[in-house]
Amino acid sequence: MRNLLAAAALSFAACSGHAQLSIEITGAGAQRIPVAIVPFVGEGALAGGANAAISAIVRADLERSGLFRGVEVPSLVPAPTEASSVNYAEWKSRLADALVLGSVAARPDGRFEARFRLHDVVKQSSIGGVAYTMSREQLRATAHRIADYVYEKLTGEKGVFSTRIAYVVKRGSRYELQIADADGANEQAMLVSNEPIISPAWSPNGKRIAYVSFQNKKPIVYVQDVEVPKQNIVANFKGSNSAPAWSPDGTRLAVALTRDGSSQIYLINPDGGNVRRLTFSGGIDTEPRYSPDGQWIYFTSDRGGSPQIYRMAAAGGDAQRVTFEGSYNVSPRISPDGRSLAYIMRNGSKYQVALLDLGTRQVQVLTDSDLDESPSFAPNGRQILLASIAGGRGVLTAVSADGRVKQRLTVNAGDVREPAWGPLLQ
Amino acid sequence: MRTLSLAFIACTLAACTATQTPDRQPPAAVEDRAPGAVAQPAPSAPPAGVDLTGRPASGAAALKDPNSILSKRSVYYDFDKFNIKDDYRPMIEAHARYLRENGGTKMLVQGNTDERGSREYNLALGQRRSEGVKRMLMLLGGREEQIEAVSLGEEKPRMAGSNEEAWAQNRRSDMLYPGEY
Repeated sequence: MRNLLAAAALSFAACSGHAQLSIEITGAGAQRIPVAIVPFVGEGALAGGANAAISAIVRADLERSGLFRGVEVPSLVPAPTEASSVNYAEWKSRLADALVLGSVAARPDGRFEARFRLHDVVKQSSIGGVAYTMSREQLRATAHRIADYVYEKLTGEKGVFSTRIAYVVKRGSRYELQIADADGANEQAMLVSNEPIISPAWSPNGKRIAYVSFQNKKPIVYVQDVEVPKQNIVANFKGSNSAPAWSPDGTRLAVALTRDGSSQIYLINPDGGNVRRLTFSGGIDTEPRYSPDGQWIYFTSDRGGSPQIYRMAAAGGDAQRVTFEGSYNVSPRISPDGRSLAYIMRNGSKYQVALLDLGTRQVQVLTDSDLDESPSFAPNGRQILLASIAGGRGVLTAVSADGRVKQRLTVNAGDVREPAWGPLLQ
Repeated sequence: MRTLSLAFIACTLAACTATQTPDRQPPAAVEDRAPGAVAQPAPSAPPAGVDLTGRPASGAAALKDPNSILSKRSVYYDFDKFNIKDDYRPMIEAHARYLRENGGTKMLVQGNTDERGSREYNLALGQRRSEGVKRMLMLLGGREEQIEAVSLGEEKPRMAGSNEEAWAQNRRSDMLYPGEY
């Protein structure tokens, strides 16, 4: 693998800072599950300073999903823990359908133990619980795991509170490739440059990010380990090198290169080896994306006279057109279950996120903004993160796949764009 | 006198670039046939670029002379298009002639797009725009190794704003000489 040390114009920051991404919920589902999350006994020993209490983080996670509503809890004496017996009628009178009780205790080795139990108030039964041993620094991560557990037990789907997101922030003439927890906390700069950075893409195991940087005055594809501040060049051919997309097994990258003329799709190893050309159109082919089963590559092409989405076998060959409505359909993203396709559709003078059901061919427009870009599915498929413009600034929006729940993610004094939602924690 | 000063400029230009071809044509041998390319000498123009014969200036100073067509560098496009409108042909012809007459000089063509749609599609579209300008320059006498075509996509807008005026300014290819990028 060719390694490149950081050039003078670039700097890396491996340390994590305070959250700079703030999240505002701008819409919620019609039916939200009322859940009472009682402050965990002993959690105050861990909270304080920049740390919120575990129960507060769990509640914020669940409410942010748009599927839950936190029920206000009076102070209870004695304070119940996961071991307490539950008076379900009392919780029913507080209009809670679910109840989370827990505690935090210091261990002799300096670490902590967080325990909780989830109850179904309607069925008057315990659903289950977990005990986690954690360091003080793992408070937020532990709270996200508890929220994931509650989310999965009550909705039947995986929670994504423990995942991370990547995005690009532009502040003045400075570009920052940032990664952060899904709630915006623990923001960490992977790359800072005076030239544009676009198209971050998480490797399937979440350990590496491929991206395009213009730091050498032209677009070049790099791969960087999330934990190691060192760039590795993947594709640096004549012309543009861009649009990296990982194969589901992480062994190959599909990229768009102009080395042989107009933009075409190629496969390349993450270390830059074994280049193979996949498309042979005279026009623009770009934005390749693998289907989750690795069988297909979806991509944008203007071969029919306007940019539309096509797909071909992952080994190459004939392409079939996928989008037909409209004169401008770009940025294909396949849902994690492989059943639907999110993309950017020109709708009159607006550019909005559309969702195509690949089975029924039904198209639903999910957003009402003007200039949406770069949709990215949450790994459970429930939400799509996208870039748009609000009040003249670049913001990220998370919209639920049914279009109902919306959140807005903004940064202080900067434009945020190019979101990429990372995989589930393994 | 005129030939001497032009030759001096050409040599100075060539010295800035890595390669210099020995078979460079003397500038005076080329006749202008491009309609609308005739530049009027401006009183404020620097002496080296002034052409008292009425022929267009073809020295380096003309690149900066607002009265020379060579000072014009930008090709503008319609949305999602990369075809070069006829209006820009005289300008591209003048630059092709300049490249032909100054075989040692190089040019960078940067393709740009407006902010709408996808960044990656716009990067590819910008490349098609710059390649189109490069192809026309080569058809008109520029050499492949003189001209590099790159794309900035929607990443470096000349004019900020989400309106048609800004978008029209940003759908553009720029022809740039060494020292200008």
